[in-house]
This record gives sequence, C-alpha cells and structure tokens, in this order.
Amino acid sequence: MTSSGERVELAHGAGGRVMADLIDRTFKRAFANDLLARGEDQAVFTPPPGRLAMTTDGFVVSPLFFPGGDIGSLAVYGTVNDLAVGGARPLHVSAGFILEEGFPLADLERLVASMAAAANEAGVGIVTGDTKVVERGKGDGVFITTTGLGVVPDVVRLGIERIEPGDAVVVSGTLGDHGVAIMSKRSGLAFTTEIRSDSAPLHGLVAAMLDAAPNIRCMRDPTRGGLAATLNEITAQRRLGVVLEENGMPIRPEVRGACELLGLDPLYVANEGKLVAFCPDDDADRLVQVMRAHPQGVDAARIGTVSDDPAGLVELVTSFGGRRVVDWLAGEQLPRIC
Amino acid sequence: MKYIDEFRDGRLAKSVRAQIEAEADPTRRYRLMEFCGGHTHAIFRYGVQDLLPANVEMVHGPGCPVCVLPMGRLDMAIDLAMRPEVILCSYGDMLRVPGSRRRSLFKAKAEGADVRMVYSAADALALAKDNPDREVVFFAIGFETTTPPTAVALRHAIDRGLTNFSVFCNHVLTPAAITNILESPDVRDIGAVGIDGFLGPAHVSLVIGSQPYEFFAAEYRKPVVIAGFEPLDVLQSILMLVRQLNDGRAEVENQYTRAVTRFGNAKAKGLVAELFELRRLFEWRGLGPIPYSALRIKDAYAAFDAEVKFQPEYRTARENRECKCPQILRGAAKPLDCKLFGNVCTPESPIGSCMVSAEGACAAYYAYRRHETARRSA
Repeated sequence: MTSSGERVELAHGAGGRVMADLIDRTFKRAFANDLLARGEDQAVFTPPPGRLAMTTDGFVVSPLFFPGGDIGSLAVYGTVNDLAVGGARPLHVSAGFILEEGFPLADLERLVASMAAAANEAGVGIVTGDTKVVERGKGDGVFITTTGLGVVPDVVRLGIERIEPGDAVVVSGTLGDHGVAIMSKRSGLAFTTEIRSDSAPLHGLVAAMLDAAPNIRCMRDPTRGGLAATLNEITAQRRLGVVLEENGMPIRPEVRGACELLGLDPLYVANEGKLVAFCPDDDADRLVQVMRAHPQGVDAARIGTVSDDPAGLVELVTSFGGRRVVDWLAGEQLPRIC
Repeated sequence: MKYIDEFRDGRLAKSVRAQIEAEADPTRRYRLMEFCGGHTHAIFRYGVQDLLPANVEMVHGPGCPVCVLPMGRLDMAIDLAMRPEVILCSYGDMLRVPGSRRRSLFKAKAEGADVRMVYSAADALALAKDNPDREVVFFAIGFETTTPPTAVALRHAIDRGLTNFSVFCNHVLTPAAITNILESPDVRDIGAVGIDGFLGPAHVSLVIGSQPYEFFAAEYRKPVVIAGFEPLDVLQSILMLVRQLNDGRAEVENQYTRAVTRFGNAKAKGLVAELFELRRLFEWRGLGPIPYSALRIKDAYAAFDAEVKFQPEYRTARENRECKCPQILRGAAKPLDCKLFGNVCTPESPIGSCMVSAEGACAAYYAYRRHETARRSA
C-alpha cells in the first residue's frame, strides 16, 4: 500500500524505475492476470470463434468519486456495455491513464481497485495499459481511456438496419440516475439526494435478453445526451420515427424532482447502466418479463413504438394528453432561468 | 410527485378540454397571448395546444428575459468577463446566447475568461467572499421574478462592505412590455393583429401582485388571467379567458390563487424600490427601446454597480433584417412565417432573439412542434 500523502509526480510517467514501480505495485497487482503479467508491450491471445467487436471510450467525469461509483468502475462498465449492446461477450479491456501531477496515490489505488473489481464482475481482464503524467493544472486528476474487445456469436445479428415500423421500444430501467447523481455532487450545485449512479455492467442482462428474444433488432446504451440523443441518432439514420408514451416511463421520483428543480429534462440526462432495445411487437411483453427477472432490469418497461415517419422524429405523447417532439439537445442542457 | 402530478393530470385535462370545447363559440377566434416564456415552455412541453379547439389560438409573447436582452448588453457582459480580474457569474441559459460577431459567454470562456454558471445571485455572493482578490460581477437578468434575489445579494454586499462584488443590472419590467405591445401599431390598428386576452405571468405576479394588470384590462379592454406554470393551470386559465370574452368582460382574474395575491410580495417590492430605480430608456431585443422598462442601481450604491465600476461600453448591434422576431414577439407573426426559421436560424445557430433560449417562441416551436413543419414539407 502507498503511504498516505504520496502524490503522482512527473517521474511516474517518465519511463524510469519510479514508473515501473508504480505499474508493478499499483496496476499489475490489482489487475492480476496472466496476459498482463507477461509484461510485454501487447497482450497476445487467440480469440474464440465468432465475430470480433471492438470499442473505445474516454472518461473524464468530475467528480472522480460519486454516489454509486467512480471513474474507475465507470471506465470498465462503459466499455463493457458498448460491447454488450452489440451482442458481444466482452473478452478483454485495455486501459490508458492520464494522471495529473499531484494526484494522491491513495486515490489512484482506490480507483484501480474499483476497476479491478468491475472487471472481475464483468468477466473481463484488463490485459494491457498505459500511464502518462501531465503537469499540474493540465489534467483533472485522472482521465481514463478504455478499449474493449468482445466476441459476437454467429447467430446474433443486431443492427439498426433491422428496425421496422411497429417495433417496440423497451428500456431496461429508470432513466437519468447517473446524470443526476453526478450533478448532485458538482461544486456550485450541491444538493442532497439519495440518487446513486446506475453504473453497472449489462452483459448478463443482454445475454438473458438474447436468449429469450433472439429477434431483438438492436440495442444501445443511452449514455451522454440520455435516451433522447440515442433515439434521435437512430431515427435520423433510419428515417423512421419513434412515438414515446410519457405515462409509464420509468423515472425515479427523486430524479424527476431534481430535474424539476434544475430545469432539466430526464430524457436528456445520462445513464451508465441502462439499455434501450428494439424488438418485434410480439416479443415485447416476454422480453420485458425476462428483463425484470434480471437484477439489471427490474424496472424494465416498454416505452414506445417505432413509427413510419420519413422525417425521422422522436415524439412524445405527454401524460397531459398532448404531443411534442423530443429533439436533439441543442448544445449542453442548461438550466432555464425561470 | 406531490404538488406536481396533480397539475399535470391527463384526466383532469380532458375534462377542462371538454369545457373549453363546449363553451368556445365556433363562430369566432380567440387569440390569447401568453406573456411569459415559462408559459410558452409549458404549452409546448406538454402539448397544450393539441388540447385546444382550432379557433383558440395561443400567441407567444416577449416574456423570455434571455430573448429580449439586446446583443449590445450581452457584448458588455462579454467585455466584463474578458477583464482578467473579473469572475463573471451568469445564469446557465445566458451562456450560449450569441452576441455580435456570434461571440457568446461560452466562447469567451474558451478564450480564457472566467465565467461561472450560478443558480442564484447568492452563489455569486459566495464566490465574492471566497475570492477576495478577484472582482465578482453578477450578470443580473430577468423580470420582476429574479430582481428580488439580486436585491437581496446586493443588500448583503452593501451591508457587509463586500467591495469586490458588483451587479451588471439588466432587470426589466413586465407592465412596460405589455404596454409596448398594446400600443404598437401592429396591434392597435384594427384588424392588423388581434390579441383578445392575456395569460398573465405566474412568478412575476407573485412579486408584483395582480393589481398592476388592472390598468390594461380597463384601458385596453383586454381580459387578463394570471396563470400558474403547470399545464393544467394554463388550460384552466384559457377556459377563464374564453368565458370572459364570451361574456364581454375585461377583468383581471387570478387562476394562480395558491401563490398570487392582489398586491404581491410587499417585502420584495420594498427591497427592490430601496436599491433600484427606473431607467429612462432600455433597449429590448426585438421590441426596440422602451421608456421606463428596466431598472438600474441607485447612485447611492454605485460602488456595487458594474456599469459604473468598469464602464463597459454599449454599442448597438445590428440584427438580421430578414428576422421576424420583432413581429413574433408582438404576436404579429408566427415562427413559421419567418424565412430564416429552421434553416438559417436554429437553436444551434440562432439568428433572432426568439431562437436563443428554450423559452423563446421560435426555439420552442423548433424543439417541440417540428412534427408539423417536417410533415408539411415531407
């Protein structure tokens, strides 16, 4: 263990003994796996049969530690989930760290331990990595980039090209938890809430879903920009519409409350452990049932239907009885003044 | 959610809708202006227009403080923010509004200005306490709703001699804007534009009370119903306006009785009167200069007035001539009547004032009603 008070120094990224020590002591020990232990510049392995899936993601979340998670576990789950929603079984993950000079080593160890636990839960190894140190003031503590490799069984065919009008739109649980949990801890915005980030791996849920409804058309994880951004991406590409029902949309009362207070719309708030799936109408009820039986899908619900709309709009039938467009977010979601 | 869901109840909405349908006279039109951006937002967000008969039409007014702030004033804020000693504090939705040469506070921030988003004037005050070696300027905007919180912060700074805190005051007044609309040739000329009645502001009226609208009702023969910001409030207020118009009445009625009284919040009004005075003239984006329509900090407190302290220069900025915002803000045109709407002028790249904030009529139309326009052209 690191003694308290020790901090990241430029030497930790300079290629000398200090850097080697940090890697051995902190990363290799926590991530402990054979591929990493070989100490080569690359991890070498034979992929199992199937098609390979690859994804990458950068993590810059602030604060680094938040209710329900931290940047370390988020960096693992984020990449695992990008693989999972493509129907891939996650295999290996790489991790690149950009550390800011002065960052407490004890915090780094906490983050690395959290990553190791997350990787363990997701059944992946962190098999290769990189560490760089930037001068104080040129980073925000820690930035992490992870790349993931997974394998898609030949029978699984997911893709937005398979979506058809009349398909059901299903979400795996409550929307907006991650974004509100993060906002509740930002400086200048501190409010007390019980909301925890939903940061969690989704590969197990996806496996159960594909088992129960092999005809699922496609899945996405609605992270940045929330459900609204994900649906708009899909409808714009496919020139199909989606009609959502506000009634029955799974949103925690605390999240709704925080959004009311801050002038935000939960449909635009980030999630880190949720997915949205498109499936044939006939499969929807069964799929929702299977999802609800899984720990990551207890609040799963059908929230809408794909429509034949060449304008590619996402619309919402409000619980009030009206109808409106759920558009792309313009810029950043900012609180309204009155 | 308690005290929220009740006011968004779809079943209650259906029954009010049925009453409006039953009582609205099919042989006439009802053109009702909601003054407030908050109402515009609620109408679009919940699809209130979808529940109204075709002859009951909502006209969107100029009550979005972000929209009506002239670019020249925003340029002054950007100039203030660019001063190395200044931390400029602003409400969130002001940050991406483009000033002249498409510069915004966000862009200034990217260039190195210290711009902070705050949720209240009190946050700005706290920043001033925490940063004694910096000059904290609060970019104060808004109608009568946000003026009292600015006044509280100002009073606090004065009392505690917090000399590194100042206010760039852009507070504007609702009654002056309503008069301007009612007096404009578009609206006055019989037959040019009709506004049959007003949905009165919710939070503004909480402060100023319902009494200031009595003059409009009497002088211009326009009914006013002060309405809460929830969609059911809006729907019920529309029904009340329809009834007044059917009866030939022009009264001030208060739907928002759970919050608004006839004389408003005396303490808030008192504090505002103590620290601020009327500006002789203030330019409104889209409406032009309106006499006695805004507040300035009294000379006695000039040390806390950023305009006195830093002397930022006001330059009138040129607006795009094709932009129909001036007419839209008076209810004389609809967003779809504008050539720029949706192609040149979008929320990502707004040209006119009504597109700059989510509460502006064009932005709300673009974000929430595009299914109508998209289908029309598809």
